[in-house]
Amino acid sequence: MARMRYLKIWVGGAILSLLLVCGLAAPFLTPYDPQEQRLEHRLRPPSLGGQGFGPHWLGTDNLGRDILSRIIYGSRISLLVGATTVVLAGFMGCFLGALAGYFGDLTDEVISKISEIFLAFPFLLLAIALMAFLGQGLLNLILALMLTRWVQYCRVVRGEVLSLKERDFVVAARALGGRDFYILFRHVVPNTLASVTVIATFAMAIVIIAEASLSFLGLGVPPSIPTWGSMLSEGRSYMYRAPWLTIFPGIAIFVTVFGINLLGDGLRDILDPKLRGQR
Amino acid sequence: MLRRRFIGAIPVLLGISLLVFFLMHIAPGDPISLLLGDDATEAEIQRTRHEWGLDQPILVQYWEFLSHAVRGDFGKSLKFGEPVTKLVFERLPATCELALSSLLVAILISIPIGVYSAIKHDSLLDHAGMGLALVGVSLPNFWLGIMLIYFLGGQFNLFPVAGRIEYGIQLETITRLYLVDSLITGNFPAFWSAVQHLFMPAITLGTSLAAIVTRITRSSILEVMRQDYITTARAKGLSERAVIWRHILRNAMITIITILGLQLGALLNGAVITETVFSFPGIGDLLIQAISVRDYKLAQGLIFFFAFIYFAVNLLVDLLYMLVDPRIKL
Repeated sequence: MARMRYLKIWVGGAILSLLLVCGLAAPFLTPYDPQEQRLEHRLRPPSLGGQGFGPHWLGTDNLGRDILSRIIYGSRISLLVGATTVVLAGFMGCFLGALAGYFGDLTDEVISKISEIFLAFPFLLLAIALMAFLGQGLLNLILALMLTRWVQYCRVVRGEVLSLKERDFVVAARALGGRDFYILFRHVVPNTLASVTVIATFAMAIVIIAEASLSFLGLGVPPSIPTWGSMLSEGRSYMYRAPWLTIFPGIAIFVTVFGINLLGDGLRDILDPKLRGQR
Repeated sequence: MLRRRFIGAIPVLLGISLLVFFLMHIAPGDPISLLLGDDATEAEIQRTRHEWGLDQPILVQYWEFLSHAVRGDFGKSLKFGEPVTKLVFERLPATCELALSSLLVAILISIPIGVYSAIKHDSLLDHAGMGLALVGVSLPNFWLGIMLIYFLGGQFNLFPVAGRIEYGIQLETITRLYLVDSLITGNFPAFWSAVQHLFMPAITLGTSLAAIVTRITRSSILEVMRQDYITTARAKGLSERAVIWRHILRNAMITIITILGLQLGALLNGAVITETVFSFPGIGDLLIQAISVRDYKLAQGLIFFFAFIYFAVNLLVDLLYMLVDPRIKL
């Protein structure tokens, strides 16, 4: 079993690392400029080249753009949105959750009610609503997803802090004259990091699917930036004529999310045995 | 206890209304100018602003919104020219039918795999089942829908790819749930057509839910299997079949049913995307249409409605949970 857990972490980590390298080194790895339109090469099926045109391993789209290059560039947006959202939502949720759990009373009441309001919305729906009113854009997208994801961290951290603040080491820190904020952020919050890491990993997978869904609905980043979701949306119109336009971006999303979920599963088994088997 | 739960729900509902109300006000620029376009005259903009009450102070606007919302009045849709509530209730049965069919798909897939994985835990089949569940949660449902349309709808021509019923089939609507209406009226061609139209959307929406429920089923059963009363049941000499059916499954089902109820949010999330992919005329599809033509009133009403259903169902599940298992205090 232990070997299985480490295998999950290794495989998941390897997939994620490979994607990170692809995203960072995109300009060196891509065979073509992802925005370069060559109408004479439009809707070419996947090929290794020949017949007067270069290799397009995953084919070309309706404007003659290379699908592989666009998928590699698309990984940048997915990973950027995923990582930034998870970190920002994590900070916001952990901060508020820690305050609610540690200070209790009115602070807890107010923060818990706010989190209940956000929890009352199915998260993707709230993101759709926010994007519809905020408008397309990378920052708006990150903001919308962050506002829908902080609650999970808040709830878990609050629960953990509630139990941790009664532990001996916190009582000792208080007896030694430690101030509340010092004790909270120096002694209490670091002890919640194992759970937070597990939530963050799964949240990243959810955020990547959400980003792709919003881009698919035309509510993500502007169409000029290649993303997997918008590629799928554009490819739908040519689904029967050029299925590769929808197959490959979908596989890219699936492999990324699968890798992150695998990593999350492995990390959870090691860091947070209480949550084992849950999702 | 019940009263406390209901009183606690009031500030949350007020918060939901506040958030939905302010969504329209966070839009950059003037929503009326955006809605009417560049060709609108100043007089037209002012008139629409007055009609919508947007020339009033913000607190007055919120009070107006709230006092109408509690009466189920969200104004008129600009695109359809009809009351938002009427449009929602016309489309809601389609979403309910889709959500319930997806739930059925999820139950049929997840419970047998979850139960089997738990009973044979750490076996090759358990790992295969959990691997399958991991694949399920990692599949973006809109992509799965597109692939089903391409392969089952296009290549093999097995199922229709859009709508709720074949064009030309007449169906007398009573509940607007096509499966129910066709059975009530004995219209079997309509029933078969509705089943065919529902098949791919239900698989698309049900798959990710099935993956989540499989994992929860497995973990709930493993949890119950570790309890002392299971050891006692075995020590009494009960057959393994009796232990599984009478003691393990019956106790694990409480958690599984609760989780299924709480997954309604996931179904509502997924319904928006699934309905868009399959042009399925439910409230999710209506929301995307409203957003695409900037029909703010309709979008606002729909978002409030979604949040209200989600909140109400979660509350109901909590209360049912308390009734089923009296040890639980809310």
